[in-house]
Amino acid sequence: MNSSLSGLPAWLVQRLSALYMTLFTLFAVVGGWLAAPLDYPAWRALFAHPLVSIATAMFFISLLLHAWVGMRDLILDYAGRSPAIRLMLLALLGGWLIALGLWLARIVLLGVAP
Amino acid sequence: MQTSNRPVFLHLLQIHLPLTGWISILHRITGALLFLLLPLPLYLWQRSLESETGYAQVLDWLESWPPRLLVLLLLWWFAHHLFAGIRYLLLDLDYGVDLAQARVSARLVLLGDALVLLIWLWWL
Repeated sequence: MNSSLSGLPAWLVQRLSALYMTLFTLFAVVGGWLAAPLDYPAWRALFAHPLVSIATAMFFISLLLHAWVGMRDLILDYAGRSPAIRLMLLALLGGWLIALGLWLARIVLLGVAP
Repeated sequence: MQTSNRPVFLHLLQIHLPLTGWISILHRITGALLFLLLPLPLYLWQRSLESETGYAQVLDWLESWPPRLLVLLLLWWFAHHLFAGIRYLLLDLDYGVDLAQARVSARLVLLGDALVLLIWLWWL
C-alpha cells in the first residue's frame, strides 16, 4: 500500500498542490476582475493562449491530486476498517478522478483548438 | 478491534467543539462537497468554450435564480476551504501555533467567509 500516494509524499503533494491552486486563484480573481466583462471571442482567445492553457491544466492536475489525497484521508478515517471496502472505495475514487482527468484534457484541448 | 477500555463519547449533538475544531471539520466537509460538485463547473466551462450559443447559455444560466444560490454555495465552500487551508499551511510553517493566535486566525477565516458573502451580495 505504500507504493501509491500515501504517507509523507501524499502530505507534500497535498500542500504543494494547495499552494499552486492558491496562487492560481489569486491570479484568476485579479485577472478576472480587470478583464471582465469578456465576450465569446475574448473568452476563447484567453484559453487558447499557451500560458493560460498550461497554467489552467496545471491547476486541474493539482486539483485532482489534491482531491485524491483529501478524499483518501476521508475514506481511511470514516469508511470503517474492512480492507475490502476501503480498497473498493479507493478504486472507485481513483477511477472517477482518472475519468475527470480525461474529460479535463478534452476541455483544455478544445480550448486550444482553432 | 478494542484496544483499550477508555470511554468513547461520540454524541454529535452534545460534543462541544471549540471554534478551531469547527474550522477543521468544515474544512473537511467543504472539501468533500467541492469534490462532489466538481463536474458542474467543468460542464459549464466546456459549454462556454464549445460555441457562442453555449457561452451565452452559461452566462444566462449563471444570472438566473436558483443557480445564483448554487454559485454562492460553491463560492462559499471554495472560499472557506481556501482560507482554512492557508491557515493550515501557515500552521505547518509554525506560524500562529499557540492557542491565542490559533483562535485569532480561526476568526479571520470566518471573517473571510463573511466577506465572500458580502461580495456575492454586491454582485446581485
